[in-house]
Amino acid sequence: MDFISTKWIIHLLLCCLFHGVGCNSVEQKIYVKLNDTVPCVRLLNATHQIGCQSSLAGDVGVIHILESEGNLEWVLSTGPSPPYMVILESTLFTRDIMMKLKNGSSRIAGVAVVKPSTNPIEDFSPHTTCPNENTGVYSESYGPTMAHCNTTVWNPKGNGLSYEEFNFPIFSLKDDNGTEFIRQCYLKHNLVVNGSAPGYPLCAMQLSSHMHAVRDTVTCMRRSDTSPFSLNPEVVCDPLGSFNVWGSTKSLNNTAKGHKENETVVIAAARLDSRAFFHGISLGAESGASGFITLLAAAGALANVTRQDHPPRTILYTFFQGETFDYIGSSRMVYDMEKDNFAIDLDNIHSLLEIGQVGLHNISGLWLHSDPVSRRNDSIDQEVKRLIDYFQSVATNLTISLGQPDVSQPLPPASFQRFLRAQSIPGVVLTDHKSHFTNRFLESMYDNAEYLNLTYPPDLSPEEQFNFDTDTARGLTEVATMVARTLYKQAGGADEQLASINADLQTVNHLLYGFLKQTNNSWFRAIVPPEHQRFLGPAPPEYYVGVTFNNTFSNLVRYVLANLTGTAVNISKENCTDQSKFTDDTESTDMYDYMWVSGVTPPNGTEPVPYCVRSTVRLARAQSPAFELQDYHSSNYSTWSESRWKYIGARIFLVAGNDLEMLTLGMGVAVLVTSLLLTYVINSKADFLFSSGREPANATY
Amino acid sequence: MTAAVFFGCTFIAFGPAIALFLFTIARDPLRVIFLIAGAFFWLVSLLLSSLVWFISVQISDKESAPQQKGLLIFGVVLSVLLQELFRFGYYKLLKKANEGLLALSQEETMPISIRQLAYVSGLGFGFMSGAFSVVNILADSVGPGTVGIHGDSQHYFLSSAFMTMAIILLHMFWGVVFFDACEKKRWWCLVVVVASHLLVSCLTFQNPYYVGSLVPTYVIMSLMGVWAFCCAGGSLRNLKLCLTCKDKDFLLANHRPR
Repeated sequence: MDFISTKWIIHLLLCCLFHGVGCNSVEQKIYVKLNDTVPCVRLLNATHQIGCQSSLAGDVGVIHILESEGNLEWVLSTGPSPPYMVILESTLFTRDIMMKLKNGSSRIAGVAVVKPSTNPIEDFSPHTTCPNENTGVYSESYGPTMAHCNTTVWNPKGNGLSYEEFNFPIFSLKDDNGTEFIRQCYLKHNLVVNGSAPGYPLCAMQLSSHMHAVRDTVTCMRRSDTSPFSLNPEVVCDPLGSFNVWGSTKSLNNTAKGHKENETVVIAAARLDSRAFFHGISLGAESGASGFITLLAAAGALANVTRQDHPPRTILYTFFQGETFDYIGSSRMVYDMEKDNFAIDLDNIHSLLEIGQVGLHNISGLWLHSDPVSRRNDSIDQEVKRLIDYFQSVATNLTISLGQPDVSQPLPPASFQRFLRAQSIPGVVLTDHKSHFTNRFLESMYDNAEYLNLTYPPDLSPEEQFNFDTDTARGLTEVATMVARTLYKQAGGADEQLASINADLQTVNHLLYGFLKQTNNSWFRAIVPPEHQRFLGPAPPEYYVGVTFNNTFSNLVRYVLANLTGTAVNISKENCTDQSKFTDDTESTDMYDYMWVSGVTPPNGTEPVPYCVRSTVRLARAQSPAFELQDYHSSNYSTWSESRWKYIGARIFLVAGNDLEMLTLGMGVAVLVTSLLLTYVINSKADFLFSSGREPANATY
Repeated sequence: MTAAVFFGCTFIAFGPAIALFLFTIARDPLRVIFLIAGAFFWLVSLLLSSLVWFISVQISDKESAPQQKGLLIFGVVLSVLLQELFRFGYYKLLKKANEGLLALSQEETMPISIRQLAYVSGLGFGFMSGAFSVVNILADSVGPGTVGIHGDSQHYFLSSAFMTMAIILLHMFWGVVFFDACEKKRWWCLVVVVASHLLVSCLTFQNPYYVGSLVPTYVIMSLMGVWAFCCAGGSLRNLKLCLTCKDKDFLLANHRPR
């Protein structure tokens, strides 16, 4: 019998012997664990820590559901049983209220925000007003008038909550049964009637999210003891990072790094990640997904044409991870190019086309942003103008309104800025905003499928939803077609091919469904390797960049891109997975990546038939060079790291009043003292007491 | 603040047992040994009943509520019977051991009387069963929460502690009465002990109506206490003399050596 079952038996038996039929473990009688909670965690950079944490054991407070801002008085000063655990409806989750709670934090044990099932009416962006302010291209030495968002404040709705530090835990609760239970508990025990304090027992909540790292990345990296001589290696924080995904229309030798002779490359870039105030519920539908889905669809549209009639220049698709945190992915790729650690170097780059937020283009049209500083150079200016001309000539055939913002306006926050920091490269950023962002929910949990208008009739089965044509998909297909044709032209392709380059609406539907609704769908199941199947679930992937060892999302993008641009090759599984055994294929593995994927179930079969996919798609490490250089003070590179933690959880329960506790203690002491006295007396008189005539008392007594 | 509840409950549950141990057992190594042996015998009985329980749960239908309840009652009855069986076994063993002790001892009399053995072994049983019944509750009493989120009584910890105290004392009384009955071959007394043990265990099915289980348990405990007092050689006359502080005079008058 193992330990668990023994413990279980003993537990049950005890229950049976002493607690009758209502046989629950004591813990279940006391606590209700809340599932579906999402914490806010601590992140650190070179100088600061942001986010939230609880004490080691978890913070406990009496629940108070805040109904309005005026209600704050109770928790901040008048309520008689601090500390309080404040439950906020999402409409009250504003900077104003959070700052008041932060400043009154001796009376605040924590905050729980109820996440609504539908998006709010008000704008909400917990991001800063000037995203990636210090790591973009604009600085005192490069376009000083444009540094620090002096010309355009990109995210005017940003309230900066994500970059505040709170010394109490903040959790997000899903609006479901658990939250309803909290409400019932509150109404039953804690409700303030006519300003009079409710009596004990009170309903309380415990939030546990203790963070190991403190102060800044410099400190936590120093404290992370990873020396091989340590008996107990302990890491307190991990650098943020994941993997960039890149692929090219023509295979590039990935083993021979550095400059490639006679190779010019047009980079098509998009960013993958996004973030939210709470850990791991970001979706970035508009801020990230709209861009990379468009680029994936464009890559798919270009696949056939480039295979038959490759343009003179190679198109390199890059998908950057960690861009939200000071351009982790792009800064790393540029760093690798500079250090000859990438398949090409910066001199191979002909131009760059980045797709930013394009999901809402039907509201304001699309805009081509370029860098005014580098355009002061005539040759760059010529190239940019030509690229814009290409765009406009392509757009006239499509129903897209395309414009250029004022020439003096700087680039919006984009990966392109990191390339410009290293070298003047002609390029544009395609977005749906003329000046500041039109995204109302930038880097918040509301930037989701609903915000992109991605809604499906409720009576459809998952498979029907998967194939359902949405307006969003139609719009993005147009954009993808335009991007694909422009890329082809920019790569020097022939004009007569342009009409045959069309993004597939069905593919965009599938991409939107897969990346924003649920990854578990028939297409994704077919294109991922068998061992990756377990990562497909009923939810979208995790868009927060996470720490380095977590790369599920990057891999998923890689499989999709490989499926869209690669070819199936008829080789055995052994040859496909173990590339050292490669004999059949003439092309070496330096040039291609081979992947063994699950495949689809044929109509007359029961099991999917796996096959090998050959593509140029690769992963590249997206970890900030600051960690490579161990320069944790770096002002050039991202220094963001995420604290580690042991346990994160939330539970509710009742707390007893002081009277009952003292009564229990008093009774205990009374019983102890009485029995001590009584036993002493009886023992001293035992000889006599227990001496009946029938049997003489024993000598030992 | 919930440390207060923890200590309160611990003192209530184990206060009498600790006092008895300190003043009557701790000074005599032989008694300590028999106490621990008694506790061990109770543990073995628990092991056996948990084995049976484990098997019967495996073969039962986990979905059917009446079957599970029947199983629970069966488990309680079986466990009580096993405990009493082991008490009898322990008695037999002690008888044998005592003869051995007598043979070794240079003195004429036994180093420990069978009455004392009864008391010590009963307390050993009580200690162990009390520990097993209350330790997991004590662990949760540290907090931060208290019982009641599902509408259970606030007095759960307090009543559990009092119940445990009663169980410990009852085991002690049962031990004394049981051994006495065995000595005198009064078998009906054994039946009464087993029956009252069954009754007390089944009373806990009354929970969470704690009054319904605690009050009868304490009534039974008082009755058993009186009976055990008598079995141990106590009498109303002795008690009266004791309470009026005439015991010293009485002893002197009878010239009994102290």
